[in-house]
Amino acid sequence: MSENTIRLPDTSKLVISSSPHLHEDDSVRRIMFMVILALLPACIAGAWFFGPRALWVLLVCVASCVACEILCTRLMGREVHVSDGSAALTGLLLGMNLPVTTPTWICVIGSAIAIVLGKMIYGGLGYNPFNPALVGRVALLLAFPTVMTTWIAPMTRRLEWAGVNSVTQATPLGVSELTAGTLPFSYWDLFWGRTGGCIGETCVPALLLGGIFLIALNIIRWHVPVFYLATVAIITGVTHWLAPAQCAPPLYHLLSGGLMLGAFFMATDMVTTPLSRKGAVVFAVGCGVLTSVIRIWGSYPEGVSFSILIMNSLTPLIDRWTAGKPFGTPRRAPREVKP
Amino acid sequence: MTTVILLTVTGLVSGLAIGIVVKFYGTTPNPLEEKLLELVPGANCGGCGFAGCEGYAKAMAEGSAKPGACPLMNDAVVQEICALLGVESEARKPMVAIVCCSGDDDHAQRMAFYNGVNDCQNAMLVAGGGKGCVYGCLGLGSCARACPYGAIEIRPNHIAVVHPELCVGCGKCVLACPRRLIKLTPKSAPVHVFCSSPERGALKRKFCSAACIGCRKCVKEAGEDQVSMNGALAAINYDNPPDAGVAAACPTGALRTTAVMESTRG
Amino acid sequence: MIKQLHFYGGIHPVEDKVAQSVPIVEPPILETYMVPLQQHIGAPAKAVVAKGDQVKRGQLLGEAQGFVSAPVHAPTSGVIREVTTCLGPSGAQVPALLLASDGEDAPADPMPAIDWHQASPGDLRQRISAAGIVGKGGAAFPTVVKLSPPPNKKIDTLILNGVECEPCLTADHRLMLERAADIVTGAQITARILGAKKIIIGIENNKPDAIEVMRQAGADYGIEVCSLRVRYPQGAEKQLIYAVTGRKVPSGGLPADIGCLVQNVGTAAAIADAVCLGKPLYERVTTVTGTPLVSPGNWRFRVGTTYSEAIKLAGGVKEDPIKIISGGPMMGMAVYSLDIPIIKSTSGILLLSKDELTQFAVRPCIRCGRCNDSCPMGMMPGILSVQIENQRYELAEKWHVMDCIECGCCAYTCPASRPLVQHLRRAKAEVQAARRAAKAKAEK
Repeated sequence: MSENTIRLPDTSKLVISSSPHLHEDDSVRRIMFMVILALLPACIAGAWFFGPRALWVLLVCVASCVACEILCTRLMGREVHVSDGSAALTGLLLGMNLPVTTPTWICVIGSAIAIVLGKMIYGGLGYNPFNPALVGRVALLLAFPTVMTTWIAPMTRRLEWAGVNSVTQATPLGVSELTAGTLPFSYWDLFWGRTGGCIGETCVPALLLGGIFLIALNIIRWHVPVFYLATVAIITGVTHWLAPAQCAPPLYHLLSGGLMLGAFFMATDMVTTPLSRKGAVVFAVGCGVLTSVIRIWGSYPEGVSFSILIMNSLTPLIDRWTAGKPFGTPRRAPREVKP
Repeated sequence: MTTVILLTVTGLVSGLAIGIVVKFYGTTPNPLEEKLLELVPGANCGGCGFAGCEGYAKAMAEGSAKPGACPLMNDAVVQEICALLGVESEARKPMVAIVCCSGDDDHAQRMAFYNGVNDCQNAMLVAGGGKGCVYGCLGLGSCARACPYGAIEIRPNHIAVVHPELCVGCGKCVLACPRRLIKLTPKSAPVHVFCSSPERGALKRKFCSAACIGCRKCVKEAGEDQVSMNGALAAINYDNPPDAGVAAACPTGALRTTAVMESTRG
Repeated sequence: MIKQLHFYGGIHPVEDKVAQSVPIVEPPILETYMVPLQQHIGAPAKAVVAKGDQVKRGQLLGEAQGFVSAPVHAPTSGVIREVTTCLGPSGAQVPALLLASDGEDAPADPMPAIDWHQASPGDLRQRISAAGIVGKGGAAFPTVVKLSPPPNKKIDTLILNGVECEPCLTADHRLMLERAADIVTGAQITARILGAKKIIIGIENNKPDAIEVMRQAGADYGIEVCSLRVRYPQGAEKQLIYAVTGRKVPSGGLPADIGCLVQNVGTAAAIADAVCLGKPLYERVTTVTGTPLVSPGNWRFRVGTTYSEAIKLAGGVKEDPIKIISGGPMMGMAVYSLDIPIIKSTSGILLLSKDELTQFAVRPCIRCGRCNDSCPMGMMPGILSVQIENQRYELAEKWHVMDCIECGCCAYTCPASRPLVQHLRRAKAEVQAARRAAKAKAEK
């Protein structure tokens, strides 16, 4: 072949970068999108049980979170990266943790607290030590306790906008505190979500579906929900065996409250939980212990939010403990050979 | 009433305890060091060669450091310290840093697009940064980040420029530049050679239109004792610098008075 | 013995071994060769010829300087046109000799053939050193240094690296298929030098034909073949030793500390050539591949062949590439000039098209942990990268950054597309500089 027929690349249009020059087909946006997708069954279940206002609450939370993030990033003088989906996910999780009767303005305040105080003041995505959705929820719980602990019975007035005409009903955990000995809800009621509660936390099969979907796609670690739920089951099992009249059975605990939502979607939040698998297990066990302790002996009926936030504060320490030694480091330091 | 008595007694006992501890275990402050600590600027830039101003004050009090090493202090303060220490004051030449390169994107060729960490030292790990001239400024900001006084500007066309009015001559940027482009020069010098490449003129010209091509016009204009040639690169004699007029002789603009390159030249 | 073995972590990128069925081609003699005097780790060779000298193929052009160095030999016969410098793949200028070939490819007198069954290890080492043999797996460490472990470290197992875990590269695969006997001879020579009793060849099981060929070639000499599960970086020294022998190289240590030595199959073949034929090292098999190429394949290039000539031999390009890589896609170096010459350690020239380009982004670490899950050394690249961004190099040292083998698994899996390997390389350079400074201060 002659010189003229062979084209050589135009080297001034080349890109140089460090190795590796290959990359997996994944991104932060895809991960966030998949988690949102996994949460949709539970959102739909919430709308089914509590009426269309549930969707309004979720929408307000998502929109407020996104708006707050855009405002904050502009004020901080940085590039707006809200399209990576993390603000939308925070909004969705926050909304799912609110009762359907939460007034719109409280939803907005909760979203603002979640994004501004839960994420942006630390520097944005990746730098926050606490789960932003839980920060928002706990702030609302402490600031508006009555609003945040008023739930309506499901399946009542579903086609109406939830409000004055709905019947209030305590949640399964709230009830078990009051009537010792008998369980007011059957396990099937708890499983399907025919109880009072926050929008996204009641329907167990919807949450399980989403959770298993994420584990199968390798987006969340299976270690966290398994060890979290197992720890709660073991501790509540032991307490129920020791004091069956005062303490509800483990299956009751597993199916009620925000445990399923927390175990699959809140305790698996990547930014605020330890990096390694070992660390995730320690984190999950810690959450399980704290949740059980708060539920059984604490004065709050629900312990998931607080336990996850407390374990979030221990995440850097857990990281350091479970950093592990690199391949080839001896288990014990070799004995010094005295000359 | 018991509360009042209790708190008063606690306060008295604590105060007594602190007093006793300070008396037996407290360090006696060196009055000279205290005075010096007041006089040092407190910017902790490291230009004196010590980790911070406190370290420098201690060293001066001990006698292991000379006053005048701090680039921030003005002459009056140095005189005061010399009087305190009882030493002779030496003449100081205020220095400023200059980035010896004119190769911004408008003048110098980039051989490839660099994708990676926005830091010059990191870019050197990737095929040397991808600039045609291997001696030129990469413009990614290692020096600007190292400067404690914010005196270095990275312009949008990827060149580092030192603002002499903000620079104190601490020398942190000199160490930060992976290509050793930054030099400390006397503040009084009117012209500088903003090029560092020792290559042949024709080769330099291929990659940068603002390079020093070694044409020797500056040497002819000002004389060998003021501007000399170091191979194909002009070098100013800072002990006897030429005046600003010699810049007009430079055909590429590498030898000029200001750090910023005029866009009409070269 | 066929075993299927594994190690912790790692990734499984698309293999893309397009050129694996293309036999090695001997290219024609070119007009000029730009022969670098630095083709190895260590001090560059010192030129023993000058401008205008006539040289023959295989003649010594530069002698080794010091112990950690290697000589350089002429790839063909001709005249030294210039003593100059050329661009290397790392972006730095290296001293080089421009050789204008006379087209005859006349050989210099070969070194006398050695009967390696009788020769002493010292004589064999000398021959390897004189032939300029360096590790051809990519590291280019002078082989004679590697084969001279301290007397208190006895090597009992020699492991040949036929793994070729990098995607797209097929040079070692073809070499095993076409020169199995020479590889086996080279391995036996190396084992004789070291006094190693056991020789094992590790090959990934995506090369069943190579496994069979090597098994047959080595059967008469008691050489075992270990079939390894396909996982990147199975070919990394520490991971290979662990998979084949179950021994772990100590952190900060060398394979010799646990009685093992790893050698690339190409190096083994070169050793056989040097000892049995008296032939010095001046050529190697390189894979030229990539979607933009017209006809990817494997060639036995002489050192000094420029990348542009290599690409021309591969039929040129049918579309403009966006990236040119020296080596494989996971650990290779991106280059911007095609005037870079092929050297003893260039295992591949890879071209990437625009659709295949992946870019790094300046985004924060979301602490997903995928880097930790895929790191074959069990480190935490995500946390390290945040420390390095904040210039806390002493903290990075405490978190084991010096154990990084720069395999690229972490950056491959990072969803935030962070340039993790670049951060880690910078940290390693800073830590090494700090250690040297501390050592110098202590010695004062």
